Amino acid sequence: MIEFVWLIPTLPLLTFILLTILRDKVNQTGSYMAICLTGMAFILSVLVFIQLIDAGTAVQEWEWITIGSIQISFGTLLNPLNGLMLILVAFISLLIHIYSLGYMERDQRMTTFFAYLSLFTAAMLGLVISPNLLQFYVFWELVGLGSFLLIGFYYYKNSAKNAAQKAFIMTRVGDMGLLIGLILLFWQTGSLQFEAIFSAITGGDVEGSMLTLIAILIFIGAIGKSGQFPLHTWLPDAMEGPTPVSALIHAATMVAAGVYLVAVMYPLYMASTTALMVVTVVGGFTAIYAASIGLVQNDIKQVLAYSTISQLGFMMLAMGTLGYTAGVFHLFTHAFFKALLFLAAGVVIHAIHTQNIKQMGGLHQRLKLTSITFAIGALAISGFPLFSGFFSKEEILSAVWADGQYGLWLVALVAAFLTSLYMFRLYFLVFHGESKQRLDQIGLVPKTMKIPMSILAVFSIFSGFFNTSWFGSYLGDWLIGDNQMLTNTHHGSSIGVMLIASIISIGGIILAYMIYVKKSFDQTSLQSSFSGTYKLLANKFFMDEFYHTSFVKGAKGVGKIFVYVERYGVGFLLAFIREMLTTLSKSGSKTQTGQTQTYAAVAFLGMVLFTAIYILKGGY
Amino acid sequence: MSTLPLQPFLILALILFCMGLFGALTKRNTIIVLVCIELMLNAVNLNLVAFSKYGAQPDITGQVFSLFSITIAAAEVAVGMAILIAWYRNKNSVNIDEVDELKD
Repeated sequence: MIEFVWLIPTLPLLTFILLTILRDKVNQTGSYMAICLTGMAFILSVLVFIQLIDAGTAVQEWEWITIGSIQISFGTLLNPLNGLMLILVAFISLLIHIYSLGYMERDQRMTTFFAYLSLFTAAMLGLVISPNLLQFYVFWELVGLGSFLLIGFYYYKNSAKNAAQKAFIMTRVGDMGLLIGLILLFWQTGSLQFEAIFSAITGGDVEGSMLTLIAILIFIGAIGKSGQFPLHTWLPDAMEGPTPVSALIHAATMVAAGVYLVAVMYPLYMASTTALMVVTVVGGFTAIYAASIGLVQNDIKQVLAYSTISQLGFMMLAMGTLGYTAGVFHLFTHAFFKALLFLAAGVVIHAIHTQNIKQMGGLHQRLKLTSITFAIGALAISGFPLFSGFFSKEEILSAVWADGQYGLWLVALVAAFLTSLYMFRLYFLVFHGESKQRLDQIGLVPKTMKIPMSILAVFSIFSGFFNTSWFGSYLGDWLIGDNQMLTNTHHGSSIGVMLIASIISIGGIILAYMIYVKKSFDQTSLQSSFSGTYKLLANKFFMDEFYHTSFVKGAKGVGKIFVYVERYGVGFLLAFIREMLTTLSKSGSKTQTGQTQTYAAVAFLGMVLFTAIYILKGGY
Repeated sequence: MSTLPLQPFLILALILFCMGLFGALTKRNTIIVLVCIELMLNAVNLNLVAFSKYGAQPDITGQVFSLFSITIAAAEVAVGMAILIAWYRNKNSVNIDEVDELKD
């Protein structure tokens, strides 16, 4: 079965092509077809995964380009990390495909939506089985394209259009770093194959400073895709897309690609402490930065978006502190509970047609299942004991502690505390308290939306048990395996950290309960006593404004300068050349008097002249 | 060959040609200009005939050639006169310096 792994990304790609061609002819059938093919891809990836458990790794390659002595191949590479990502992406995509059936029910362009969704899935599935960096880069850009199309799906809305462009341009900034890093890496090692690169790095073929430079450049690519500070501003705006898209982008595909990139290139980072430090600091800062913004946002999807950025920061933090397993593990568990949270938020938005949490409340009565699953997701992301997020977050904290980064450890703790605080603020505001809408108008939630949420809820609770210090760290053992290049990574956890993490998580929940349910503290007085901080957070640290004044205005200014250069510099030069030529030709045309006799006289004189020269030179 | 009979003919032809050229380049009246061109042609014809009789290799070809030349000159004058008349009907003038419509 394992040799058919190339079929996994091909199936959704086929869906994309078929749905694009038959767009007008298939309506409902098109979406069923998309679900069937994605389902097949998922079944296939499960079969492949089962075989992979025994095989460990599997490579398939075909020749692609040969330039001189350089051969570039394409193919598939399966190792524990890739296998895990493959099954994860296929699974989440399948669930979101099913969910979209209910969510997009009344949309005119449902077929197009499924086509884009399939393209996005295909790109991500292709990405995680790439055996070389070039193929990786191709799929990396395809993921970007898919996200662009989906974020801008409601293209008739100006905000969606802008958000799509923003996402595309911001990630392109990161991609530039990745591309330069990729070229440098090729220049230094002469290959784009992951294995050849890693053996060159561990063999010490690349100079230390160059290695650091390459690692940081590649990390810039990851920053762009994973929405890390300072390239994070596209992610909250990407909420303009339909909610299933947000779930897909935030759970398994787009943003996971950045963390996956760091995980794939991990031997490179292991070789450079500076690069690891950069990853750590960016991750740690992003974690607390986004969490603090998430605390005051009033849009249900914005809160979730900032929580994604924050959680990705946690993953990067783990990666930077040698917590390879912890980072990948958190990526794995996060995929489930974040997808769940978004799907639940989608139900809420679907039901009451607003995204402002101030206008929600008391939805628990009407949307029982949604409320319960959302609570499960919130508990998981907060790291409530025994939920999946608990184990992964606790492992990250252990990794940071073990690496001796005590300052960042505190930062991570605060971020974890803020996480549970803002998640439960969201939960209590949306599902509890008095209702501000007429709840009896809410229709039934379709089964196609309920089933994926229930499945994800189960995984959100139990997926943590794949890697615990109590029952055995299956995931960690399997990921590291006998991979020589990853032996130095931290792996494991301690009871002390576990206890602190639990206290922090429960503390956040209790505080949220006190503020938003019991109302022990007055919200408005809190806001006014910290009005400066509140303003700063509510405006997202003015990052958008900063980018607008610095980069957008800067670029426009440069553009204006060049407009003047064009208008006055180039324009003047052109006018000068034109005037010169016109004057020259006018003075020439003055000799053309139209007087036949003058012409004849000139001709005669010319003849006389030539004859004279002829005679004087004695030519005859 | 003290008195080469060719020389006076050539001198006469030269004088005729120079007169014709001067007239063709200076006169305003187009008819005079045409007449002057005829004068230049005749100078050439004279040369042809003289060379055919007293040239280094006397040959009848020169005389035949001059006959052709006269015929063609007649035709040319006919065409020239026709154009001139047409132009006179339009512009009511035969001055050659007014014929400069093609300059722009």
